[in-house]
Formats: sequence, structure tokens, C-alpha cells
Amino acid sequence: MSADLLSVERVTKVYARGGLFGRGAFRAVDGVSFALDADRPEIFAIVGESGSGKTTLSRMILNLVAPTAGAIRFRGQDVAHIRGGRARSAFMGAVQPIFQNPFEAFNPLKRIDRYLLMTARRFRGARGQEAERLADDALRKVGLSFAEVRGRFPHELSGGQLQRVAIARALIPGPALLVADEPVSMVDASLRMAIVSLFRALRDDLRVSIIYITHDLATAYYISDRIIIMQKGKVVESGDARAVLDNPQHPYSILLKESVLSPDTIGEGILGKRPPATVDAR
Amino acid sequence: MLAILRDLLRYNREFAAGTVLTAIVVGMAVLSAFSPYPPGDIYVVAPDLPPSWDHPFGTTSQGQDTFWLLTYALRNTLLFGFSVAILSRLISLLVGMLSGYKGGATDRVLMSINDTFIVMPLFPLLVLFYFVMRDDMTWALLALVMALLGWAYDARLIRSVMMSLRTREFTRTAVFSGMRTDQIVIREHMPYVLPIVFSTTLNNINWSIGLEVTLSVLGFTDIETPTVGTMIFWANQHSALVFGTWWWVVFPTLLVTVTFIGLFLLAVSMNEYIDPRSRLSRMGGGVA
Amino acid sequence: MPAEATGQGAGPVLTVRNLRAYYQMRYFGIFREVRAVDDISLEIGRNEIYGLAGESSSGKTSFIKAIAAANRPPLNIVGGSVRYSFLDRDIFRLDPQTLAAVRWKHLGYIMQGSMNVLNPVRRIRESFVDFAFRHIGLPKAQFFALVAAHLERLHLPPDVLRAYPHELSGGMRQRVTIALATICRPEFIIADEPTTALDVVVQKGVLGMIREAQQEIGSSILFVTHDMAVHANMADRLGIMYAGRLVEEGPTRTIFAEPLHPYTAHLIQSLPRIGDLAPKKALGGAPPNLAEPPPGCRFHPRCPLAMDICRRETPALTTLAPGHRVACFAASPEVRPAPPDEDAGRADGREAALQPAEGR
Ligand SMILES: Nc1ncnc2c1ncn2[C@@H]1O[C@H](COP(=O)(O)OP(=O)(O)OP(=O)(O)O)[C@@H](O)[C@H]1O
Ligand SMILES: Nc1ncnc2c1ncn2[C@@H]1O[C@H](COP(=O)(O)OP(=O)(O)OP(=O)(O)O)[C@@H](O)[C@H]1O
Ligand code: SF4
Ligand SMILES: [Mg+2]
Ligand SMILES: [Mg+2]
Repeated sequence: MSADLLSVERVTKVYARGGLFGRGAFRAVDGVSFALDADRPEIFAIVGESGSGKTTLSRMILNLVAPTAGAIRFRGQDVAHIRGGRARSAFMGAVQPIFQNPFEAFNPLKRIDRYLLMTARRFRGARGQEAERLADDALRKVGLSFAEVRGRFPHELSGGQLQRVAIARALIPGPALLVADEPVSMVDASLRMAIVSLFRALRDDLRVSIIYITHDLATAYYISDRIIIMQKGKVVESGDARAVLDNPQHPYSILLKESVLSPDTIGEGILGKRPPATVDAR
Repeated sequence: MLAILRDLLRYNREFAAGTVLTAIVVGMAVLSAFSPYPPGDIYVVAPDLPPSWDHPFGTTSQGQDTFWLLTYALRNTLLFGFSVAILSRLISLLVGMLSGYKGGATDRVLMSINDTFIVMPLFPLLVLFYFVMRDDMTWALLALVMALLGWAYDARLIRSVMMSLRTREFTRTAVFSGMRTDQIVIREHMPYVLPIVFSTTLNNINWSIGLEVTLSVLGFTDIETPTVGTMIFWANQHSALVFGTWWWVVFPTLLVTVTFIGLFLLAVSMNEYIDPRSRLSRMGGGVA
Repeated sequence: MPAEATGQGAGPVLTVRNLRAYYQMRYFGIFREVRAVDDISLEIGRNEIYGLAGESSSGKTSFIKAIAAANRPPLNIVGGSVRYSFLDRDIFRLDPQTLAAVRWKHLGYIMQGSMNVLNPVRRIRESFVDFAFRHIGLPKAQFFALVAAHLERLHLPPDVLRAYPHELSGGMRQRVTIALATICRPEFIIADEPTTALDVVVQKGVLGMIREAQQEIGSSILFVTHDMAVHANMADRLGIMYAGRLVEEGPTRTIFAEPLHPYTAHLIQSLPRIGDLAPKKALGGAPPNLAEPPPGCRFHPRCPLAMDICRRETPALTTLAPGHRVACFAASPEVRPAPPDEDAGRADGREAALQPAEGR
């Protein structure tokens, strides 16, 4: 039996809802399967429609939400069956999240360094100076330093800084799998490339597998090994990232690729007519 | 903390006015410790004297000094309000946080109990309670009963805040930083819940004082303990207004009104200060 | 309302002059000042879409908060003016009530990360009532019909009105906030990263919608995003910010084709494209600390073209071609040093940052 780091087996999540979109049950994720190999760390991209269940899927992998049907196994163990403090802690040490919105990732009323130090303490048993050093190491990997975040509240940092702190925090326990939900949607192009390149370095140097959920097909193309494209809870296309994006087959994948705005189509009216501005540029 | 208070006093008129009014009332209650007459004794001074230098608020038909009696009455009334508020806050905090964080079956059970309390008609219930207890009715017992009746609405409020906090992403970050549930609830969520507790405390004190006064004025409480309500009750018993001893009614009414307004102003201004959203915006946070 | 006399001239809708907005804080007696917006002047015309780009933490959000007068302490307006053609005075001089009314009726402000501004314990429908009902002035039933139609244009089913924010995906929440900010058809829309959580298909639809609405109402848009491809397709003009300053501004096509500032050039070069695997160079060095910005040109520690003068003098934003302004000594000999700050104590950021506050 091949050693899977993570296997997602026909996972379905049904939200019971009175009204929203459907009568009664609503399938946010519908029979999704894939597996990550333990010996070959990879960057696995999930792209797709807004509301297609990407975040829901990532939450199930993180064991924050239980699947309605199907199973998610991490190193052979069904994550839904992880019970007890020790097992949970071991799981969280190995699988760490990076969330969609850096402004929400930290409690607005609390200082940020507290999360870093807490993570160092809980998963690495480090205290005081040692914890600060671990936090600093992690922050340096993302181009920050502990001195810059010490004592700061989330609102004192910009979106990009916050997101890098969030990544740094996730790196402290030395995880085997990072689940990153739109980690670069709030950072500038240069930093975006830096962060995705960082992901690649994490994969190659630290042998961390990364599930990379994104709307940015260009960076997905740039760093991912494999990709799945989701629509309405289902995987509509999957395979080698470059092959899929170079030559998408499913109509939705084709639409997705066609809708990518290119920086090279300046003023070609993709978005509709271009009205003349009444004031001349000065 | 001191700086915050100073700024509040300086820039927030409601807070300043509320502080002054509340301070007057509390000050008077504290004076009860220096009263020359024990509160239970009657005919210690000449009855029915109008306000004068010797008896600033006059004397009652029972031969008590209205001013000194009122200090006791205020002390008891405030203590009463405070005890009810503290007790009921504890209950609502516990129920609300448990219900909101656990969700599921716990939530359903607690909330159905909660809703029963919310729809219960309070006043008839308290009157009924008086008729059942009659002479066994004490001040402490009434406080306990009112605390048991007064938590439900705020528990629901706390629950809804907890529920939304539970779905916030930073709760997940906390989980994956290895924090335990109790740490998350106490360290991460409490700062959002405490403001509700504080601001509802003041409102709850007002609520319970109001109810106590109403019950007492009608004689449905332990009328031997001097409270603002029982003072008015006795004044009415002696037809003070008809008889011309207006000071026996007017001063207690005046002071209980001052109490209401003072606490209300404090609650309003604290509310504004304490609410995490407005606090955040004062800290310069991006929201709101 | 006296403050809203609408001057329908052909002049700019928004005129910002020498705007400075600093975060001013005091920790244990030490005064700290983050110069997030430092001497920015620009104009935005009627019907124009102005794109603002720049590094993370370069002060874009701070700038936007300042021009919407949505800044709260510690972000203080230190100097400059912000005038809208539909207001008869500087926006900072409006009283709070007028400002609140103006915010919804004339100024639509979509905040960054605004999907979290939605009140988590109120249904979306209640948020619409809270914010927009008063300003629209329709009976409830018609109001909701209008809201539903508006949501529809953003590819959202009317059912979202019944949902709580946490029941919606990130992209759905983001569209809800766009709907909230645009439902009153404001003349000036300020959008801070409004489409970051959307898939590209929906993003294209939403941008198209914003575009259409803009043409219909004739409103102007100030649009902040990191996505240069969005800028390329949306913006008429682009402004590039670096470390609290506007370093380049020009017609979108010019900026993409011939960027003159080294930072802009880097930004354009680092754009990934599908099918492109060439390694992208990240900018070396760290983003400047705005509490102690480097002296002279703030880009000089990371600039490949840095010269001597760059370390001493700050380049002034200079018009080099019609509509094309650049602040870089290497761009042209015409670029002169900016006059020193009017208040001399601030000339050296380092000292000012450490000075104790006086009279604060
Ligand atoms: N707690 C919940 N209760 C009910 N429905 C939910 C809940 N969470 C998510 N959903 C629904 O499930 C669907 C999938 O949401 P999800 O957040 O997984 O989408 P997504 O693919 O991450 O979208 P986006 O790209 O916009 O972030 C949405 O239609 C959403 O409304
Ligand atoms: N409340 C605050 N107190 C102190 N400094 C702050 C505060 N808010 C922001 N800053 C600082 O001001 C600078 C500008 O931040 P701003 O949010 O305007 O950047 P931005 O260009 O919008 O970045 P991004 O693209 O990442 O959102 C940053 O250095 C940030 O750390
Ligand atoms: S002024 Fe000098 S340092 Fe600044 S961008 Fe131009 S060349 Fe570089
Ligand atoms: Mg999502
Ligand atoms: Mg920003």
C-alpha cells in the first residue's frame, strides 16, 4: 500500500438550510476525491467558482467541519476519528492552516506575537527566549522579524504583513501539510510572487506539502504540481497543473481560463465600453 | 485605566453627569454608617417636622429623621440592585457562553429553558411569590428570586455573540496555535463578552431597583427593611401627601429618580466606550 | 443641505492637495509616527476610473480612509485638503451628520476586507435595512425588490438576503458589501480591493457591472487592487504608491508600456501569466519602515538605479509628459528635489519619530 500523506475519499458536505439556494439540503462539497503522496511533497492547487466549496473542503481537511459522507485520512487515520488532546495536538502540529483573510486571522483585540509564542510553546515546547527565537526564525522565512511584530495589534499591520505573519505562525510547528486558503489574495504582485516562491521553497527544502486554494490561475500555474477545478461542489477537471491550464477540457475550466484578465489587454474593452473621461489627465 | 476614566470624564458629558449623580446617591448610602439613629427605631425625634437645619429632609410621622432613614434606604436599595445584578450576570454568563460555544444539544436545552424565563410574566409572578411566602419574605430571598428571573434575556445576547465569535477565523487560528478551549473562551472571547456583562449590569441594577420599588410601594415585600420603596410605602400608609408631610414622599422619590438617571447615563456612555467595535475604531482599527 | 451644492462643471470630481495622514501613537511616553500618507496630490475627473496600486503597506488603505474622511485616531490628517465637486467645502470640514449622509448618497466606500464588516449576528437583509433603507426612500417591498435586482447584477441569488454572513462564502460576502456600497448609486465610488475573493469568472462579471453602473450614473471610481491585470482592464489612469508617496502616475497604457519609476517597472515585470514559468525576481530588501522612512528617495535602499542624490534628496513628482508624473531622479534631469517639508522638525524622519509629543 502506498503511503498517502492525505487521502480525500468521496467526501461530501451537506448543509441543511431552510431556503438558501435550495429546498432543504445543499451540497457544498459533492463527492470529491484526491490523494497526496507522503514521499513526494507537492503543491496541490484547488481553483474554482466562488462558493464551489473550496473553503468547506479545506475546513474538512483541517478537521474543523465533519464531512457528511466519505472520509479524509491523514497518514492513514480518519481525521474525523481523532479524539483526545494528544492526538489532536499531534494532528495540528502536522497540518496547519493559512486562512483566506489576514484581517480575520488574528483577534483584533489581542497582540499578534501572542499567537506566535503560543504556537512555539505548545508544539515545540519552547518558552521565553527560545520561543521568541523560533518565532523570529519563522518570521525571517517570510521576510519579517520578531522585532517588527512584537507588541503590535493586527490593525497596526497591513494586509500583506499580516498574511506573512500568519504563514510564519503556521510554519513554527514544522508541519507536513499546509492548507492555504487564498493566502495571497491580499498582497501585491511582487510579494505574491515572493510568497508563492516561498511555498515552493517550503516544498523543496522543508518537504512540506501544500494545498493551495486560489483564484489566481497564474500563480497556480507557476507553482502547482497538480490542480483540481471545482464547480458547484464537484471536481470538474483535475490533473497536472500545467497540462490542465494549458489545455483545459471541461467547459467551466475553459470559461475560467478565458475569463482571466490579462495585463496585456489594456483598454481592449473586455469589460465593456470605455467611456471618455471628461477631465484630461494632467 | 485611570487615564481612560479621566478622558471619559473630560470628553463624555453623559459619563460625567452619570458619575456625579451616582456619586451623590452612593455618597448618601455611605453616610448611613454615620447615622445617629438606628434605622429600626421609631419616635427618636419629634414627628412631622418640615425640613430645617436640624433635620434637612424633615421628619416622618413615625418620628424618624427622613434624611438618615433615607441613607439606610438607599444603601439597602443599592445593595439589593447590585446583588441581583451580580447573581443574574453570573447565571447569564454561564448559560450564554456554554450555549453559544457548545452549540448543538446543549444549546437547544439551555435555550428552551431560557426562553421559558423570557416569556414568564414577571410582575404577577413576584406578587404571587409574596402571597405564598408572606412573613417569610426577606430582602435576600427577593434578591435571589429576582436574579433567577432576570438573567434570561442577557444570556441570549451573550449566546449570540459567542456563536458569532466561534465562527470567526481568529478562533481557528487560536485552535491551531494550540490553545485549549478554556483559554480560547477566556482569553480570546471574554473581551467581547465582558462589555455586554458590564453594560447590562447597570441596566439590570436599574431594572431590579425599579421592580423592588414598585413591589415595596404596593407593600408586596418585606416592609420592615427600610428601602426607598418601603419608605414610600410607609409614607403612603400615613397619607403623607394628604397630611402635608410631603418631604417624606418627595425626597425618596427624588433620590430614586437620581439613581435611575445616573445609572442610565453611565450605562449609555459605558456602552459606547466598551463596545468592541467602537473601541476598535478608537484604537484605529479598520472596521466599522 | 448647504454642504451639498453640486457643481456640475467639467472640473475634477476629487481634488487632493498635499495630503498627509500619519498614524500618531504614544507608547510609554515615546511618540511614534507612521507616515502612511505623505504629501499626496492628485485629481480624479468625472466619469474616470483611477487605479491605485503599490506595495502592501505602502499606505493605499490609509490614503483611501483619509480621502473618505473615514480615518480614526491614531490615523490623523496632518495636512492638506480633500475636495469633492459635490461638496461645497473640504470633506474634513463637514459635520458628522452631513458626512454620514454624504457617505452613503454620494460616496460609496467599499472597505478592504470589508466582508468582515458585516455584522455576524444580523442577516444580510437587516444589514441592507440598517445602511441603505433610509437613503433610498422607497417602501419596504419596493426597496427589497430593488436590492434583489441589484444583487442579481452581482450574480447573487436573492436568497442571500436571508443568510447570516458566516453562511456565505468569502466571495459572496464580498459581493454583498459591493452591493451595499453601490445600491445608493453614489457619484464617487471608492473601492479598496473589492474583488480579491472572487473567482475570475465572477470577478469579470462584477467588474463589468461596476463599469456599467459607472457609465450609467456617470460616477467616478477610485480603485485599489494588487491585481495589475484588473488595473490594466479597468483603469483609465494609474497611480503607483510606494512608502506613503505617489511615485508615478499616468494613463494606464503608458504606465504598462513605459514605466519610468524603477518600482513601477519592477511591479510590471513581476506579473505572472498563465503559461509563463520564468522565475520572477522579488524585490530585494525589506519594505521601508514608515515610522523611520529612509532619507531622500524612499526607494533608494532597494533601487537598482540609486545614485548619490537619491540618498539625500526626495524627488518631486514631476510632469514629464502630458498626464505622466514621476518622482525619480533617474527618469529625467527635469526631476528636481522636492522642497523640504514645511514644518522643519519633520525634515529628518528619524528624529521626529523619536521626539516626545508636545502638547498632545
Ligand atoms: N456554515 C454554513 N452554513 C450553511 N452554508 C454554508 C456554510 N458555510 C458555507 N456554506 C455554503 O457552502 C457553499 C460553499 O462555500 P465555501 O466557503 O466552501 O466556498 P468557496 O469555494 O470557498 O468560495 P470562495 O471562493 O468565494 O471563498 C456556499 O454556497 C456557502 O453559502
Ligand atoms: N492603526 C495603525 N497603527 C499604526 N500603524 C498602522 C496602523 N494601520 C496601518 N498602519 C501602518 O501604516 C502603513 C500603511 O498601511 P495601509 O493599510 O495603508 O497599507 P496598504 O497599502 O493598504 O497595504 P495592503 O495592500 O497590504 O492593504 C503600514 O506600514 C501599516 O503597518
Ligand atoms: S530617485 Fe533614485 S533611488 Fe529613487 S527610484 Fe529614482 S533612481 Fe531609484
Ligand atoms: Mg473560500
Ligand atoms: Mg490596504
